[in-house]
Amino acid sequence: MKAQLFITCLAEQFFPGVLEKMVVLLEKLGVEPVFPAEQTCCGQPLFNSGFQEQARQLAIKWLDTFSQSDLPVVSPSGSCVDMVRHHYPALFPPGTPEHSRAMDLASRTFEFSEFLVHQLGQIDVGAVFPHRVTYHASCHLLRGLGVRQEPLQLLQAVHGLELLPLEGAETCCGFGGVFSVVYPEVSRAMLQDKVNHILDSGAEAVVACDAGCLMNIAGGLRRVGSPVRAMHLIEVLASGLNSD
Amino acid sequence: MQKSQLQSSEKKIPHPIEFGAYSEHVPGQIPSALKYATGRFMEQRAACLDELPEWEALRQAGSAIRLHTLENLDFYLEKLDQQVIAAGGQVHWAKDAADACEIVLELARQHAVKRAVKVKSMATEEIGLNHALQEVGIEVVETDLGEYIIQLMGTGPSHIVAPAVHLKKEQIAEVFSQEFGIEAPTDPVELTAIARRVLREKFLAADLGISGANFLVAETGTLVIVTNEGNGRMCTTLPDVHVAVAGIDKVVPDWESLSVLLKLLPRSGAGQKISVYTSFITGPRRAKDEHGPSEFHLVLLDNGRSRILQDPGGRETLKCIRCGSCLNICPVYRNVGGYAYGWCISGPIGAIFTPQILGVQQAGELPFASSLCGACDEVCPVRVPITDILLHLRRRVAEGDAYEPAVVATPLRAAAALGRQALGTGWLYRLGGRLLPWLQIPWLRAGWLYKLPPPLNRWTKVRPLPAFRAHFRNWWKRRHQVSTGDQP
Repeated sequence: MKAQLFITCLAEQFFPGVLEKMVVLLEKLGVEPVFPAEQTCCGQPLFNSGFQEQARQLAIKWLDTFSQSDLPVVSPSGSCVDMVRHHYPALFPPGTPEHSRAMDLASRTFEFSEFLVHQLGQIDVGAVFPHRVTYHASCHLLRGLGVRQEPLQLLQAVHGLELLPLEGAETCCGFGGVFSVVYPEVSRAMLQDKVNHILDSGAEAVVACDAGCLMNIAGGLRRVGSPVRAMHLIEVLASGLNSD
Repeated sequence: MQKSQLQSSEKKIPHPIEFGAYSEHVPGQIPSALKYATGRFMEQRAACLDELPEWEALRQAGSAIRLHTLENLDFYLEKLDQQVIAAGGQVHWAKDAADACEIVLELARQHAVKRAVKVKSMATEEIGLNHALQEVGIEVVETDLGEYIIQLMGTGPSHIVAPAVHLKKEQIAEVFSQEFGIEAPTDPVELTAIARRVLREKFLAADLGISGANFLVAETGTLVIVTNEGNGRMCTTLPDVHVAVAGIDKVVPDWESLSVLLKLLPRSGAGQKISVYTSFITGPRRAKDEHGPSEFHLVLLDNGRSRILQDPGGRETLKCIRCGSCLNICPVYRNVGGYAYGWCISGPIGAIFTPQILGVQQAGELPFASSLCGACDEVCPVRVPITDILLHLRRRVAEGDAYEPAVVATPLRAAAALGRQALGTGWLYRLGGRLLPWLQIPWLRAGWLYKLPPPLNRWTKVRPLPAFRAHFRNWWKRRHQVSTGDQP
């Protein structure tokens, strides 16, 4: 099986390690990753700022890039997949070629954890991570894509991992893309709540499936000088694997 | 600034609503009071829902009923009008806030009204009715305890269901002490008893009772009021005249539809299976009735609602039954409180309702006052697609649409175009990825960026930014040098 990698602009700029581990992990699970090098950003920042016309241009570019192949698309970000799956089809009038391309790609673009659980049927990838871990449910992954159980199932199957509950696990961390810079003070208050709950959980690491949340939460933990690590699910799943 | 924002629902707003400016100076006690109270509402709601496995089916039914009613609003309003008149009531149609106030003022003049008592009502907040009545010398007393407290404080409601939810009991005791010249205790039961004694006199002396409506049943012309304190019943039976002010969106077709909505409303709002009082009022006192007003007037308020109805992207806003659950769950609302939204309807529903009523020129900040987390969509009992409507209105602000022109300043629009160029041009994007790791060096400390220059300081003033390190493409190239796998 082959799959196209949709690495997302945020993960590319800030979390190359996650992307590398994603490649290694997919290969280990028998998936040959393909990297369409022309990809840039899906346009979500512009779309969420109200600039739909500008976002539409980026959507066309994204569709051009990924429709050159019939392969499924896999991405380490629920939010970007939500953009492709739910907002791309709405950006183009039904009946137009762009709309059909958007519908086609919406149906074969997957966030990493749902790809593993539903497309590959993999729960236990053989990872070993003997640490106390808690899980933050990213908003667009959870409520946009409806992916609630999959990351938890994957974490529970990790050897040695102790999964701890997180109060307000399904409450936004305060990132919200442009929101974090338009209203930084509100974002700060929300992040403080999140960081406090993480610290209260007793975990050594907090796991999420979105680069945006991770930037925010990692920064929030850094700010208070906490040793708790903010990790992408992929980093945990790639732990203890004897490759690379 | 704060004071004028607090009173904004009472007057025409002279300036655009400044959510951002307010959110920088939220009084510390507001989030703590709110988190406690809204947390309890949500816990009670969850407990209610646990006992109701058909909740999702009910939500679906509620949503369908509301949408059907909106799509046939002319029909149901006409029916309501006929039935209210048949029951002996009178119906008045108000185009806007000024119109609605004038109708009530005229009724007050006709009956030489001196004292009015009110049931908590968002429609009368919306039109600034208290202010209009007070200007002509009529005493207006709010009789919902929370609303009464904020009236004494000279502010507006900070929550659509629990108007004084942002206050702590110590603050309320202080207000009562000042108002009544006593040493008010901080015990909620005793505070309530004090208000009860005062309000009892007001009920008995009032010559006009004013209410809103939770629902209006078209089938029988019945006004439905949901309260927990019984003040609704007092206001609508003791004074000789009852005037109800309600948005045209409050109509429901029949009692069967109403029964669905009455299951959804109290559970969603305060986590109650049923509210303490649910009053059904059909017309004024009849010949055989011992109590009740001799006249019943219904003021049906448009105030921009028919304009919202025309817009397919915003229409579902009007499905809202004002339960308050979107406020209770919203992490933004819980941290800033209702006054940040600058108008009587706050929280996520305010963020979509207010800009459509007042226009994006005045309320264009509000659709951005959300992290788009979607928690509100999940709890809304009638499935108002709040996030989709936020995005629809953000587009209105940024680009303009068939309903209003854009309000975004030209530099920001230019920045968006520039952003699209940078993000959408392959070589430019990749060049950026190569340059940023060098450009960041002056600010780099142990893999993190602190105190970046504007506008990036809007990020770093809250938390540091991880360093730019776009080296995946190089890694991929090295790894696939011998293979041809780098192109699909």
